[in-house]
Amino acid sequence: MSVKIVVNGEVLTAFLDGEIDHHSASVMRSEIDSAVEKNMPTMLILDFRDVTFMDSSGIGLVMGRYKVLKPIGGELHITNASPHIHKVMKLAGLDRLAKMDR
Amino acid sequence: MKDEIKIVMPSKSSNEGFARVAVSAFVSRFDPTVEELNDIKTAVSEAVTNCIVHAYRDTIGKIYITVSADDLNIKIKIRDYGCGIENVKKAMEPLFTTGGEERAGLGFAVMESFCDKLRVRSTPNKGTTVTLLKKLKVKDDK
Repeated sequence: MSVKIVVNGEVLTAFLDGEIDHHSASVMRSEIDSAVEKNMPTMLILDFRDVTFMDSSGIGLVMGRYKVLKPIGGELHITNASPHIHKVMKLAGLDRLAKMDR
Repeated sequence: MKDEIKIVMPSKSSNEGFARVAVSAFVSRFDPTVEELNDIKTAVSEAVTNCIVHAYRDTIGKIYITVSADDLNIKIKIRDYGCGIENVKKAMEPLFTTGGEERAGLGFAVMESFCDKLRVRSTPNKGTTVTLLKKLKVKDDK
């Protein structure tokens, strides 16, 4: 499994695992989206602690989840991104869409 | 003599990871920092993904990767014989994408910002060559 989902009340946390590229992003996307659809969280936390690599497909993944959450009024948080992943996200200005913990 | 490797692989998305690992294994011999290696891996991933998603959109074609090192100057050439790009300037604009909703349109922006130089040569219906240049920093003696 590339994503582990933990639901705690209205907070849904998705622990992403491994490398995020065009190949892996689509599986992660559908797993997160079906959990969001089922639980309708007010907050989605994407936890990057176990992500070892990410290219712009990861940016698409984050931007896409932002769009999914917006109509249901959910907030997006990004946590535990490595310096490299942070650099990729910063380039895309993801800090304007999601709360980032550094 | 400069060092050089060549990789030819089919444009399957499952090969994206292999391309990154192969290029970074070669570059590792020249003692890059973790950050430099990550920059290179990311730029390669973007270029290879473009070949798969755009150049060979509904088909599988061959991707040709050449990596060479001249002292600390790393040169990576990624070539396809796919559909080519009508308007390279437009394709390189940040957020421009023809790849659908889940593509951020930032592939070239990432390549440009993570490398020292990016060259894109493309002919419609003939293919595209992306050249990435990265100069590794001289490390202090350890």
